[in-house]
Amino acid sequence: MTTETREPTRSLDASVIAALGAAERPPRANAVSSSLTFGWRALLKIKHVPEQLFDVTMFPILFTLMFTYVFGGAISGSTGDYLQYALPGILTQTVVFITMYTGLTINTDIDKGVFDRFRSLPVWRASLLVGALLGDTLRYGLASFMVLVVGVLIGYRAPGGFLGVILAVLLLLVFCFSLSWLWLIVGLKVRSPNAVMGTSMMVLFPLTFISSVFAPPETMPGWLQAFVDVNPVTLLCEAARGLMDDAPDSGDILIVLVLSAVITAVFAPIALRLYNTK
Amino acid sequence: MDLAIETHGLVKTFGDNRAVDGVDLAIRAGGVYGVLGPNGAGKTTTIKMLATLLVPDGGTATVLGHDVVREAPDVRARVAMTGQFASLDEDLTGLENLVLLARLYGYGKAAAKERGMQLLEAFDLAESAKKQVKAYSGGMRRRIDIAGSIVVRPDLMFLDEPTTGLDPRSRNQVWEIVRGLVGAGTTILLTTQYLEEADQLADRIAVIDHGRVIAEGTSGELKASVGSGAVRVRVADPGDREEVARLLAETLAAEPVLEPDGTTVTLRVDDPTAVAGALQRVGDRGLRVNEYSLGQPSLDEVFLALTGRPAEESATETQDQEVPA
Repeated sequence: MTTETREPTRSLDASVIAALGAAERPPRANAVSSSLTFGWRALLKIKHVPEQLFDVTMFPILFTLMFTYVFGGAISGSTGDYLQYALPGILTQTVVFITMYTGLTINTDIDKGVFDRFRSLPVWRASLLVGALLGDTLRYGLASFMVLVVGVLIGYRAPGGFLGVILAVLLLLVFCFSLSWLWLIVGLKVRSPNAVMGTSMMVLFPLTFISSVFAPPETMPGWLQAFVDVNPVTLLCEAARGLMDDAPDSGDILIVLVLSAVITAVFAPIALRLYNTK
Repeated sequence: MDLAIETHGLVKTFGDNRAVDGVDLAIRAGGVYGVLGPNGAGKTTTIKMLATLLVPDGGTATVLGHDVVREAPDVRARVAMTGQFASLDEDLTGLENLVLLARLYGYGKAAAKERGMQLLEAFDLAESAKKQVKAYSGGMRRRIDIAGSIVVRPDLMFLDEPTTGLDPRSRNQVWEIVRGLVGAGTTILLTTQYLEEADQLADRIAVIDHGRVIAEGTSGELKASVGSGAVRVRVADPGDREEVARLLAETLAAEPVLEPDGTTVTLRVDDPTAVAGALQRVGDRGLRVNEYSLGQPSLDEVFLALTGRPAEESATETQDQEVPA
């Protein structure tokens, strides 16, 4: 028998029983609704931690200004000409870079234990990943918007017009959505959020710089060109550039779409498997 | 017999470390079942397998009649978990977290919000509904974690070390909640490193060490397995202790233990009624006793008897070996 004296607190057990009794079991959430709910969570996180948008708004602005004014004259003879060449590239580079946040988000969730809570729920298991990607898409869109606004302010004009730009951004989103699966794998595999950053940087820096993003490949040594020509970022950049320059190359666009489909087909099942067995 | 959990030879290895090394459990539905063991004993890994978060490397487990590997979705639909590894989103507010979970459980928008508020009120958290969870105190945090686990009433709930790091008042609140849940018909599997907690809450207890169940039974049975009780006698003059110990040992037919304080002697006794006579003999010899007590062995003593070392000591020894997430 315990006759322990306790501080007078409101009795919790009675109210808990009452709250439990009222809990009816609703029909299970379907895959679309659970994915959208996780997407809503991503939006809420942006609302509560707006600092996380700092990267996707400030970096694009910095990159656009720095590359145009620091290297523009040297590469193209004038900053104006360089801007016309480089802006689609900077747009590509910016959005591709931001994809790594997908891995970072999932890794932080694992770290904090939220991941296991979500995995213990009776929902379609991939919906956490899909929802996160929906939230990321918003980031990609925002970053694209920032690059374009800054570009236009300092004199960029897209020969492809509004439609060309929109199509280019959509193409970027498709590619980045597929690339995000790769970062999900990294996020699920690597031990800490910092390690995710490190790994992603190691891959993304060479991938985005050794491409046609900042300079025409013709000026590079042959062995480097060989890599640049097969670099998916080059292919993506050229397709986007074509659309924005009013010289759309259906071949480039098709390659990017096929590439995105292949990347998704390869990495999505691996990511989902890791997610299930983690 | 209606079993909520049944496992046979459950194994999980991480590299060379057999974190769970052949666990057999048969846990009846209803009430609280305690899994007791030091850090790194394999408690959390066992729970994670039962909650379908980890796939076992060997053995079988059924939860509420469903195989945890083949019928994982059926298990997930009926169990809930909370504790150190299944927490909430710290960036979101308490209400947002509950609404999020309610939506994922299938509630509509308005119903989810209503359910969220209802739970916050039940757990005395309504005032902090709009605060980010990272601003919650330890006790509030544990309450919202549990609230998140009962958005839909679970048939079975895993509580992993629910009171670790809480102050006594918050701990009591968590205990009240646990009793409330049990009262409402939920089976609870509770892991703890605190012997007192298992003693207070659990109907039956499994003691786990190095990934194996080393003892199982009610708290009373476990205590009985190390003798029905212990008598502690404290002498007034340290010089008398040897003599008192000898007398008591003779009368009670038990091994005396001389405690490090220099004045206390402890003996396990199987027949408590013999103690009075033994103390009488000590008094008759003119040896003065300041204090004596006869008590049931604590679970600490049970743990010592089972593993050959105290629970606290082994807990600190293996502190760094907590299972990987």
